[in-house]
Amino acid sequence: MSESWAMRNLRAVRGRAYPRVVGANREPSWVFFDIALPLLTVSAYAYIYKFMDPARVELVGYVILGGAMTAFWLNILWSMASQFYWEKEIGNLQLFLIAPISRMSILAGMAVGGLFFTTVRATATLLIGIFIFSVSFSLQQPAMLIVVFVVTMIALYGMGMMFASLYLLLGREAYHMSNLMTEPVYLASGFYFPVKQLGFYVAAGASFIPITLGLDALRQLFFKTGAADGFVSVELELLVLCVLCVVFMVLSKLSLDYMEKLGKATGRLTLRWQ
Amino acid sequence: MRQDLRTFKNAAWLGWQMEANWTDPFLFAIYSVVRPIAGTLILVFMFLVVTRGDTENPFFSYMFIGNAFYMYVADVLFGVTWVIHDDREHYMTLKQVYIAPINFLSYVLGRAAIKIAITSVGVALTLVFGVVALGVRMDLLRIDWPLFLSSLAVGLACICVIGLALGGITFLTAKHGMGINEGIAGIFYVLSGVIFPITILPAWAQSISKVLPVTYWMESLRRGLTPDVMEDIGGHTGLGDFSDSFLMLSLVVSAAVSFVASIAIFRYADITARRKGKIDWTTAY
Repeated sequence: MSESWAMRNLRAVRGRAYPRVVGANREPSWVFFDIALPLLTVSAYAYIYKFMDPARVELVGYVILGGAMTAFWLNILWSMASQFYWEKEIGNLQLFLIAPISRMSILAGMAVGGLFFTTVRATATLLIGIFIFSVSFSLQQPAMLIVVFVVTMIALYGMGMMFASLYLLLGREAYHMSNLMTEPVYLASGFYFPVKQLGFYVAAGASFIPITLGLDALRQLFFKTGAADGFVSVELELLVLCVLCVVFMVLSKLSLDYMEKLGKATGRLTLRWQ
Repeated sequence: MRQDLRTFKNAAWLGWQMEANWTDPFLFAIYSVVRPIAGTLILVFMFLVVTRGDTENPFFSYMFIGNAFYMYVADVLFGVTWVIHDDREHYMTLKQVYIAPINFLSYVLGRAAIKIAITSVGVALTLVFGVVALGVRMDLLRIDWPLFLSSLAVGLACICVIGLALGGITFLTAKHGMGINEGIAGIFYVLSGVIFPITILPAWAQSISKVLPVTYWMESLRRGLTPDVMEDIGGHTGLGDFSDSFLMLSLVVSAAVSFVASIAIFRYADITARRKGKIDWTTAY
């Protein structure tokens, strides 16, 4: 019996998410590598703040929250943007392309699975960091916090879906591109300090990366002094993030179509070791 | 010996091609500069947030210089480990290189050498940027060149051999080599006084700091390169009681211990990998 188009694609989403949700957790070493390693960098930066100004404990909190959020950005770079490129290298991409499903459902599956396992890891990093450095939070608008987080993740993973197609046009440059977008984005998005320190225009320019505004809004909602260190109001940040959600979803579809068309025309889509 | 040198030279050339020929030289130069500068600017902004722009504070120069030289730790450790992983898993050429009539260590060290060369450019540009744009205190006439150059040489050799040990571990693991590598580099970052003095750490952590070669390396590099800054900071670094010669001796001893341990680990991993058939192992990671 033939199943509907929608059901088939939902199964594709589930199928692509499955190895990330279940498969990743079959490898217990992630507890060390995905939680302890980010904590090392977070600890180093937290100690700088503790050393320079022990009175401003909230700065340590900013670092811990930013450090936890790095997991999402790294997931975007290495498990979303680079993923089609890796799939091409190991020969899976051609299977995806001939499967009777929308390529968007493959991307959506990658995003759902990646979001799940990264959230688990980021939460663990956050909780352990809070425990080690005795950071206090002030949660006054929990519902708003959840909304901001969800909208940020939709926009961010939309961006990752767009990058996945664009990266496919690259060869070995994909690896270098991801490297290049690590520290500079940590800087521009204010992962370890309030983004408004960069000045209005730089911070506004960096706001096209959803995590910039998302992280700033989360800090405002998590900490008592967050609003004073915030870039713009949480409401405005949420509005911009909603716009970014739509923009990146549309762009991801367009770039996927473009990549597929170009790949067919040049015959490079499944060519390995470029 | 001549054959080893030729292997070293050709491996370095291969490493250069793999690092740089994916793009044109101009773009590669930008790529090589943007990352280290951005990484350093993160710390600069963190410092500015707390001190409200006080770059005259000696700890600013202390932090900046430590972070600049830490690039060697991260990049060289990663570079040596990546040789094994990349050749085996991605290009699938490790088995051919391994059975070729060459000294495999010369090959790995040749590939690492080009990483050191590229990182050196990044470190130099970061230091110039710091001095010119951010007011990092470094007086060329006051640099203690013998101390600086000797500690740089010993420290780099030490990092290379630690990288060899991690490369050996990569022989035996599917994907954990990179994570272990990041973990070791991260431990050095937190515990070796790279960006803050070890005195801020808990006492148990300071005890660990004092057995890590990178702790002595960072201190001796700073004393050689910025003696004025280190005089201003005084004993706050946790190694203030150490004379320059005792510091160098500590660095040499800890580097020697690292050398013996790393070579032993590499040899063991090499023999085990050969016995278990892991030299041409591919796992799709």
